Amino acid sequence: MENLNVYAAKLAPQQESLAPGHRACQGCAELLAVRLVAKTLGRDYIIANATGCLEIVTSSFPHSAWQVPWIHVAFENAAAVASGVEAGIKVLQRKGRYPVDRKITIIAQAGDGGTVDIGLQALSGALERGHDMVYICYDNEAYMNTGVQRSSSTPYGATTTTSPAGKADPLGQHTMKKNIVEIAAAHNIPYVATASPSYPFDLMQKVRKAADTPGPAYIHCFVPCPTGWRMAPNLAVSIGRIAVESKVFPLYEIENGEYKMTVTHKNHRPVIDYLKPQGRFRHLSEANIAEIQQQVDKSYDRLLKKVKMSQIELD
Amino acid sequence: MAKRIGIEVSLAISEAVRLANVDAIAAYPITPQTHIVEHLSELVASGELDAAFIPVESEHSAMSVCAGTSAAGARTYTATSSQGLALMNEILYIIPALRLPVVMTIANRAVSGPISIWNDHSDIMGVRDTGWIALFAENGQEAFDLSLMAFKIAEDHRVLLPISVNIDGFTLSHVIEPHEFLDQDEVDKFLPPYTPAVQLNPDAPVSMGTVGIPEIFSEAKKCQDEVLKGSEAVIKEVFADFGERFGRHYKVVETYRSEGAETLLLTMGSVGETAMEAIDRLRDEENRPVGLIRLRLWRPFPVEALRAEMSGVKTLAVIDRAVSFGGTAGPVAGEIRSALYSTDQAPYVASFIAGLGGRDITISDFMAVVDQAEKMAAANEIHQYKMIGVRE
Repeated sequence: MENLNVYAAKLAPQQESLAPGHRACQGCAELLAVRLVAKTLGRDYIIANATGCLEIVTSSFPHSAWQVPWIHVAFENAAAVASGVEAGIKVLQRKGRYPVDRKITIIAQAGDGGTVDIGLQALSGALERGHDMVYICYDNEAYMNTGVQRSSSTPYGATTTTSPAGKADPLGQHTMKKNIVEIAAAHNIPYVATASPSYPFDLMQKVRKAADTPGPAYIHCFVPCPTGWRMAPNLAVSIGRIAVESKVFPLYEIENGEYKMTVTHKNHRPVIDYLKPQGRFRHLSEANIAEIQQQVDKSYDRLLKKVKMSQIELD
Repeated sequence: MAKRIGIEVSLAISEAVRLANVDAIAAYPITPQTHIVEHLSELVASGELDAAFIPVESEHSAMSVCAGTSAAGARTYTATSSQGLALMNEILYIIPALRLPVVMTIANRAVSGPISIWNDHSDIMGVRDTGWIALFAENGQEAFDLSLMAFKIAEDHRVLLPISVNIDGFTLSHVIEPHEFLDQDEVDKFLPPYTPAVQLNPDAPVSMGTVGIPEIFSEAKKCQDEVLKGSEAVIKEVFADFGERFGRHYKVVETYRSEGAETLLLTMGSVGETAMEAIDRLRDEENRPVGLIRLRLWRPFPVEALRAEMSGVKTLAVIDRAVSFGGTAGPVAGEIRSALYSTDQAPYVASFIAGLGGRDITISDFMAVVDQAEKMAAANEIHQYKMIGVRE
């Protein structure tokens, strides 16, 4: 599956390991992304799933959408459970009590709350210990499963049920989105990437690369949530594209510390194109939007500097 | 044949875990559990034990990693104390629900605050209802033997539940005692490698830890309790098998000089040894009909085995090492009262709390407890508990 982006969609793997019939909302980009990950990995992988939307919509007993081994223990510990699965399988293989005929990829998956807030410690521990696993955060920028409460991954100015815009406080979320990608990269792990199901081949290639990389890999996947973002379900894929085109969510990877953009655009759209279709930003003033444009430009420029530095180092 | 050596109890437990040929250990350091996991990491580093040693960043992750290794099919061990156990609390409930046979040593220590590193039973009492089998060791040999048996009980397909082996922090964990070890080939025959009923394996995919909708949740909990209660028979079976093979015999409820006793002391853990001295003095020097009963099995609670020891007993003095704040008695005494309530001629149950946060319980304390309990029984005194040696 090298250079998937030069292939046509019909050449993508036919295999599925996430069954249809799960209970996700209409237009859920998270399940779209999960399906692409599942297509990429085939059947030889094991998932440790955090509590959250993804867990409840795919595993309501007696049903399960998972055609691969899957374990859910709690909210904040997907990384720890995955590291246990990885270590357990490794030792059993060494002792001749587990199949060794093929590589089995270990996936930890969680939402933004389960990653950047309550799961941050377990994630850091697992990355630091160097387990051979891929951690995928499906970031829909709030606690959607419990009813759209703010997380530290909620962007500046977004209204949620615990960062509501009101008369006395018209802004909504006051804090900037936590840069978990940089936090993951600060663990000096071999592979870190951002991804989006709106760019399916880019996503699949990154998943393949992460799975093939020995040691820990972290993928931060941007998954629009029509329910929580208060927008029409049919906009989930296009808003994901606009997020990239407007520099709000750049697609890049950090391989052994070297930054590289994987999707670039010559002409960037203004952030207003991204903010406008979403009800969670509807309350923002022109001044707020100008401020957000500045923030986005600044952090994108900072990222480009890192990419340039990496190019100089490589040259 | 068995070797008899003097060794710290923590190290003896580590040696039992080595002999059990455990596959995975995940642990986070906390006093007074540290010597156990330090020695295990040495055994892994030296190659004497072929296992994954996963030094995690918290006890919450320790138990979460144990969930992962055990679900993968690995024989899994951890150890903790006090705050560490409290931090694991959330995951402790989930391990038995997933039917994962994790074995854990708890070096019992007071729970903060005020912060205390010393021994009592407030840590284990706080996790009483998480669904684990809980065993209490009285001395080093018991700790060694129970640690080995724990794997056999937990991994039995009729059980598949986690077990905690409780040892008193410092008073057991840090003392050097004589232990009779077992040879590897004897242990291998007693305890073959773990064969999981289900495991995470792409050849036969399973979903573990799915959502429990209201239509099945009650049934899931009822099943869990039935299995836990049913484990008592397997525990007795494994005790008997162990006794037959190695000549050391265990019961879920032990008695000491209880023949014809009208007053019994009841203890859990290492204070049983001090209580025996008190019983000897009262019997031999004062010729009083007193005895001792020790609970080795705390969960599942051995109701029938306890009742069977009550004939002719008029007064039962229960020693608790934890407070059930605002409750009806010490946590053990409350259970005992409940277990005996509907029986004919149930003894008077006096509840004593002693030995909190490392406070010694002396031989004379136990002798005084017997006197006080008998007086309370004579007056049929209604009480919640009496605290021994507290300055008021």
